[in-house]
Amino acid sequence: MFFGDPILLATFSWEIFREVLFLQEYNTRTVVTSTSLLGISAGMVGSFLLLRKRSLMGDALSHACLPGLVIAFLVLVLFGGTGRNLPILLLGAGATGLFGSAMVLWLRNHTRIKDDAGMGIVLSVFFGAGVVLLNIAQKMPGTRTAGLESFIYGQAAAMMRADFILLSVLAVAITLWCLALKKEFTLLCFDENFARSLGWPVQRLDLFLLLLIAAVTVVGMQAVGLILIIAFLIIPAAAARFWTDNLGRMLFLSAFIGGISGWVGASLSSLLPRLPAGAIVVLVASSIFIFSLLFGSARGIVRRNLDQLRLRRKIGRQHLLRAVYETLEQMSPTPDDPFPRNRPVPLERIVAQRSWTRQDVRKLLRRAEREDHLHEWNERELSLSESGFGEASRITRNHRLWEIFMITHADIAPSHVDRDADSVEHLLSPEMVRELEEKLGLQNIPASPHPLTREVHP
Amino acid sequence: MTKTNLPPAEDDPHPEHSRDAPLSIHDLTVAYHRKPVIWDIDLDLPEGKLIAVVGPNGAGKSTLLKACLDLIPRVSGDIRVYGKPYRQQRSLIGYVPQRESVDWDFPVSALEVVTMGVYGSIGWFRPVLRKHRAKAQEALEKVGIGHLAGRQISQLSGGQQQRVFLARALAQEAQLYFMDEPFAAVDAATERAIVALLRELQQQGKTCLVVHHDLATVARYFDHVILLNMRVVAAGPTAEVFHNENLQKTYGGKMPLLEEAGQALRQNLS
Repeated sequence: MFFGDPILLATFSWEIFREVLFLQEYNTRTVVTSTSLLGISAGMVGSFLLLRKRSLMGDALSHACLPGLVIAFLVLVLFGGTGRNLPILLLGAGATGLFGSAMVLWLRNHTRIKDDAGMGIVLSVFFGAGVVLLNIAQKMPGTRTAGLESFIYGQAAAMMRADFILLSVLAVAITLWCLALKKEFTLLCFDENFARSLGWPVQRLDLFLLLLIAAVTVVGMQAVGLILIIAFLIIPAAAARFWTDNLGRMLFLSAFIGGISGWVGASLSSLLPRLPAGAIVVLVASSIFIFSLLFGSARGIVRRNLDQLRLRRKIGRQHLLRAVYETLEQMSPTPDDPFPRNRPVPLERIVAQRSWTRQDVRKLLRRAEREDHLHEWNERELSLSESGFGEASRITRNHRLWEIFMITHADIAPSHVDRDADSVEHLLSPEMVRELEEKLGLQNIPASPHPLTREVHP
Repeated sequence: MTKTNLPPAEDDPHPEHSRDAPLSIHDLTVAYHRKPVIWDIDLDLPEGKLIAVVGPNGAGKSTLLKACLDLIPRVSGDIRVYGKPYRQQRSLIGYVPQRESVDWDFPVSALEVVTMGVYGSIGWFRPVLRKHRAKAQEALEKVGIGHLAGRQISQLSGGQQQRVFLARALAQEAQLYFMDEPFAAVDAATERAIVALLRELQQQGKTCLVVHHDLATVARYFDHVILLNMRVVAAGPTAEVFHNENLQKTYGGKMPLLEEAGQALRQNLS
């Protein structure tokens, strides 16, 4: 059944790679399909595991599977079998896995040991026991334990036809359960106490989620191995979170990422059979994770920095234009004239408006020039273009609306208003501006706040 | 607090309690790690009132609420809601937990959180339908943030998050509301909105049990008050029980100092 023949390695070619990736060979087809299905189910369950903040629990659970696996194997051998009965092996593994996670919960609830310490203890004790048992099994005369080791690091290629059907059915069932209980799991993860106040059997629900995680773990044991299955649970979900703030979308994306990782990983590993499938699947998943971390549209690092840069630029532009507008007001021959006229302004006065250097202002001016807000400027003076002047009066108006709103409606001391308005005006939407105008009974803003701004900028 | 003169019925295990009170707590004791947190609480809540629970830190205010809601195990005690055991009456109860009790970075929108208020009536395995969302939207409008329905909850201000929680409780359409510090760290506008909402609930004949930390506003916002410090120090109409002597009993020797400081602060501010 080991189709990963060394000859394949020697004759590696794109032809073969294509054949494998597009499932043109029966064995590959089963392995790749079941690993993809596993990836989909792991992505689904993993999302809830991640949101429930139980990631490490999954790790403890999977490590605790080892002793059960070996015990099941030993029992099979004792009863005269070869020990190659996958359903029994998985049952054994799942049993100690669940027992291990129950131990974590028990330690947390009945002793003063904290969650993380409890998981560490359970994980190492169970895994240690498993390793010892495995050693015993290997030394028993007449047993072939070669298949067992593949469960630790995963060997997708070792899959048999009957296994394939069992594992695929399980994976699909897990996925369907997650979809059926989406609403329930969501509330469980978000606000457990509220769920309990509705009378939901939160503990049983929690246990069922754990059961699904155990199921993914044992299903994935053969393909990915029990050490690395946790990565398959967590990484797709964590990667998906970078792309969306919507749980439904996160679920599907996570399932998708899991599925793709399984597909590509299993294909690669069947081409390079010396490499453990689990590791390759995880590496594929983590490449997707790193890409998401950087470029994710909801919270990726690049996106976030770009947003910040954009906001900084916007604030800079608004500060510059308002400084020009206010200078124009101060230069107006009739102080009560509500609409100052656009004319050249000395650069010196702009620099004096805020705590910025000539350098800062120059930089802002260069950008304003590119945005067509300036008519012309040199080292001594500048003048706004028509669109720049319009923008400047709009920004100043918004700013003052906020100042007035803060003073009259939000009980903020006048001395603090300028600063607060500065940070907030940049977020004003047109609807809010209209609402403010209505609230304040002001239609023609630029005139009214004069005395106010004179106070604030003495 | 209020006792009606109904003749004790045969099947009534606690004849000394009013049988139609929204909430009667009989002999409630709760312990964490064998250390009692609240002792022998024995209360009947009057219907259609706004009731504050006040007391110092660690007095067991949240614990009282959680014990009533069956969220934490009780050492002893019996909770009845409108005369029947709590478990049978869950649909009559709304709950506003403390804002910090959940992770606001969770990938859901304001509307989705409010929709959780109707989960109880949707039933297991059934999907959320448009009519459920419409109900949630209505509740959001009532707390004045209908326009923020689609916003992810981490992008709401503290006050808006608190309103989302209130809206979720409104969507529950309960008779008896438990609110855990809804006024904690909210802006002035939200505080006004919450008070208005509480009054509206009261006008509809609903009862609200509210953990409150700001002694200065108790008399203005609430008509009944429960002074709690592990035991019930006093309970009754605010005008009758909310006075210095009881407060001193509740807050212990530290109260005069605190009060002085508070007064000094107020004078400085005005």
